[in-house]
Amino acid sequence: MSEALLDLRVQRKCFGERLVLHNVTLQLQAGEVVSLLGPSGCGKSTLLRIIAGLETHYQGELRLTGEQVAFIFQEPRLMPWLSVERNIGFHDGARYDSAWVRQLLDEVGLDGFARALPKALSGGMAQRVAIARGLYSRPRVLLLDEPFSAVDAFTRMKLQDLLLTLARRHGIALLLVTHDVDEALYLSDRVLVMDNRPSTIARQLHVPLAHPRDRRDEALARLKAEALTQLQHAHVI
Amino acid sequence: MAAPEKSLLPIATGARPVNGGHWRARAKGVLLPALIVVLLETVVRLGWIPAYQMPAPSDVAATLLELADGALGKHVLASVTRVASGFAIAAGLALVFAAWVGLSREAEAYLEPTFAGLRAIPSLAWVPLLLLWLGIDETSKIVLIAIGAFFPVYVNGVAAIRNIDRKLVEVGQMYRFNAPRLTLRILLPAALPGLFTGLRSGLSMAWMFLVAAELIAATKGLGYLLSDGRETSRPDIVLAAILALAVLGKISDGLLAALERRCVSWRDTFSGEHPSGGQP
Repeated sequence: MSEALLDLRVQRKCFGERLVLHNVTLQLQAGEVVSLLGPSGCGKSTLLRIIAGLETHYQGELRLTGEQVAFIFQEPRLMPWLSVERNIGFHDGARYDSAWVRQLLDEVGLDGFARALPKALSGGMAQRVAIARGLYSRPRVLLLDEPFSAVDAFTRMKLQDLLLTLARRHGIALLLVTHDVDEALYLSDRVLVMDNRPSTIARQLHVPLAHPRDRRDEALARLKAEALTQLQHAHVI
Repeated sequence: MAAPEKSLLPIATGARPVNGGHWRARAKGVLLPALIVVLLETVVRLGWIPAYQMPAPSDVAATLLELADGALGKHVLASVTRVASGFAIAAGLALVFAAWVGLSREAEAYLEPTFAGLRAIPSLAWVPLLLLWLGIDETSKIVLIAIGAFFPVYVNGVAAIRNIDRKLVEVGQMYRFNAPRLTLRILLPAALPGLFTGLRSGLSMAWMFLVAAELIAATKGLGYLLSDGRETSRPDIVLAAILALAVLGKISDGLLAALERRCVSWRDTFSGEHPSGGQP
């Protein structure tokens, strides 16, 4: 196996007295899609934040080949004072690569919104801009923290397909935190089920289905039953 | 939108009902002052209030015109210069200290208690000291105005920085922005609306303390005109000076408001109107 893009071992991560992560190991191969599934407060987001470098106080080690990691938050977190195009090129400020921004706008289906302000966008559109901003720095790994939990079910399905298409086209590995079993199974090659208090990765579920997938696929339904059983064993539900 | 007001409009706007909502809103604002002026004029002309106590609005207007021909320019220039210098000093210092205290817990620990203490002193209490130390010339007036304008700008500035959405700051941390870049690209624009609130209330304080300073000791300025009118029993001069102050205050605030609109037009705030589409 080639060297992993991302190799994380967290021995301990505490918030105050509370141990939130205990002996978690996680690897991500190039182009792989992995979901973290688990109950609220189990430390899934903390894990992502450690990888993103937003949390630095923990015992363990993180190896990233190439620094190219981008983060997509639960909310779009666009700068309200900047137009859509400047939000996408936010990393480079006024000297952003406008040709690349235009291409990304086209790819996320927001042609013609370059000069709009975030307040003019719907939640789904704003999250598309956030995805484009994540892709702008040409990352090898995209970290997503419940990226579609705030949009309606139909928008969510569209955004999931968009995300998969873009990840494939640009050769990006995805590490996704979600509460949604269907979302995890539809998107991922592997689903990691996290346990509660202190959290660790309790189980791993492979999803050996080719892309593009069909949401009505019976294999997905069988995997969902299996995932639910595992979540039960992990005391999540 | 404003169907019920139809009957009021022609009265207030006269010959200008064409320009739609904008003029309607203006007209609504003019209505109350116009009524008061008409009422006062009538009451004074009928002799219900003696004119040496409450001059008729037309007399005040005449006095204002007379002053505008003579000394008003000198007084306005003196007052505007004082407010401008005092406010500029106050705003500059307050923004520096607000940024320092807002961005650094350490600076907050050292400075904030002192500022909180100084803020507790009513600014006019400084007057005797300022007169003792700086005399009665321009410096003491400008320093008093600066003291008055400093705290609104400072307090609002610190609050603006501390109210910045942590989630936006995290985006900058995610990009590994260093401190100057984070400040310039995220903190400053995000704090801008709050900073403008502070600047505008600081400016109105500057006008207030200008009047206080000029009432106490001055040989020119609108505050001097106020006390001159009182000493010579000329309420029309007092009212003319008040009107001039109101106009200057409105103009200076309008300039800041226009700048604010340009800088923070991106804000997604409630405008006070229901969407015309008829959403619940």
